[in-house]
Amino acid sequence: METYRSQDFGDKAEKIRVEKFNLYYGNFHALKDIDAVIVENAITAVIGPSGCGKSTFLRSINRMNDTVEGVSTTGRILLDGEDIYRPDVDVTWLRSKVGMVFQRPVVFPLSVFDNVACAPRLQGTTDRAELVDIVERSLDAVGLWDQLKHKLKEPALSLSLGDQQKLCIARAISVEPEVILFDEPCSALDPVNTLKIEELMWGLREHYTIVIVTHNMQQAARVSDYTMFMLDGRLIEYGPTSSIFTKPQDPRTEKYITGKLV
Amino acid sequence: MSHSRDERRAELVLALVALVSVSVLGLITVFVFKEGLPAFREMGLWQFITGHRWSPSQNAFGIFPMLVGTFMVTLGALAIGMPLGLGCAVYMSEFSGPRSAALLKHMVELMAGIPSVVFGFVGLTVIVPFIRTYLGGPGFSVLASSIVLGFMILPTMVSVSYDALRAVPQAYRDNMLALGATTWQTVRMVVLPSAKSGILAAAILATGRAIGETMAVIMVAGNATAVPESVLDPVRTLTSNIALEMGYSAGLHRQALFATGIVLFVIVTLLNLIARAAIRGGSAK
Repeated sequence: METYRSQDFGDKAEKIRVEKFNLYYGNFHALKDIDAVIVENAITAVIGPSGCGKSTFLRSINRMNDTVEGVSTTGRILLDGEDIYRPDVDVTWLRSKVGMVFQRPVVFPLSVFDNVACAPRLQGTTDRAELVDIVERSLDAVGLWDQLKHKLKEPALSLSLGDQQKLCIARAISVEPEVILFDEPCSALDPVNTLKIEELMWGLREHYTIVIVTHNMQQAARVSDYTMFMLDGRLIEYGPTSSIFTKPQDPRTEKYITGKLV
Repeated sequence: MSHSRDERRAELVLALVALVSVSVLGLITVFVFKEGLPAFREMGLWQFITGHRWSPSQNAFGIFPMLVGTFMVTLGALAIGMPLGLGCAVYMSEFSGPRSAALLKHMVELMAGIPSVVFGFVGLTVIVPFIRTYLGGPGFSVLASSIVLGFMILPTMVSVSYDALRAVPQAYRDNMLALGATTWQTVRMVVLPSAKSGILAAAILATGRAIGETMAVIMVAGNATAVPESVLDPVRTLTSNIALEMGYSAGLHRQALFATGIVLFVIVTLLNLIARAAIRGGSAK
């Protein structure tokens, strides 16, 4: 594969650089020699068939794979030029810079307010007024504030699934990360809520670096600026979404996006 | 044809076996109440429960000192066993690797198999002299009983609260970690609050175990029938009272011991009902 060069991103600034990155689960070689640059204020989608390593790749960017036993890596992932796999990197610091939204919305059995406030509390924010401010700002950013401003004390589990996912996004942005990783964020949602979350991501792109893993090619085409196609742990093709979907360079990419490779 | 007959016969036999096991509970209940209730009629329930004097030779049967004793010893055991047990469960579930968690769980289960007389013997030869030498008093005391019981309730406390912690969805932990939480923050802010009903159930079951334990307590408690004024005073619990005097009792004395059994029966049944409600309340959420 030809490495996608930074000048191909126009005026967008580089945020994440992946260099010769390999990841092993025990003996299983899950990610193979990944090289890529991910830019700011854009949405980068990662697509590929199940088991191609796209979620593993996403979870490498906030080191969530560390929680799996037997994981080892080689190569580097740089965030703003700093290698996040250096031994002295504090993963809690990294994860406050690189937020994550999971496949299924996971709200804690706490109130709406506490669900959002728990994230800034982790960073040591205890001042009530400041927390109130953060909760309002975060809920407003995901379009839930007007609906929930009088229901902050209600259990978050009483919200609809779509709203729970928005709440998870509010929680992720409450600590002002720079990167947000979305791991198939709409796979548990109906089409209406899926579109709402996509609109939300499109708005967030102004302020964040967004990487989304999706098995839904239409979603990747709708929502992303750049697309990576992965297969068997390798990055096969990477480029502007429009060109990946209209004139793929690699025959395997073409096979996948035309539905002949599952 | 003969298969289905075998099947029916097996079912019938097993149903009978099950019935026998359950009917023993019924028989014990009926028997204890039948033998004990006359004592209440004789001296009045209130008098029996609040009476300060237990002196069978003078026909004085007040179990108040034993009630207080049971309460103090149980509370002391919980004060020791709960933090130890919960701490152990949290370590096993959240911090240690799966291999050492399995090893610890195995050891805790082994601990449940140690006969209570062995716990009592260790208490008698180690804890009682230690208290006598360094803290004063006879050594046989509320404190000695609480320490011995505190360790005896550990298996219950550890395994029930460990199960409650493991039942907390892994997604909660992943989401907290992804927000930049440390493991300890995750435990404190999400895992423990989510598991609280199961932990409460563990504490209640452990309480039941502490109240019911007899042998080990008799060996280290001193068994005086006075209301203890400090944790260094000797104490007699409700179960000890029955075990110590059953052998030579007769008449009203015997009935009073069965009546003590009724009081215990009611306390332990209530605790079990509360524990079950706590577990149900937790899983309903």
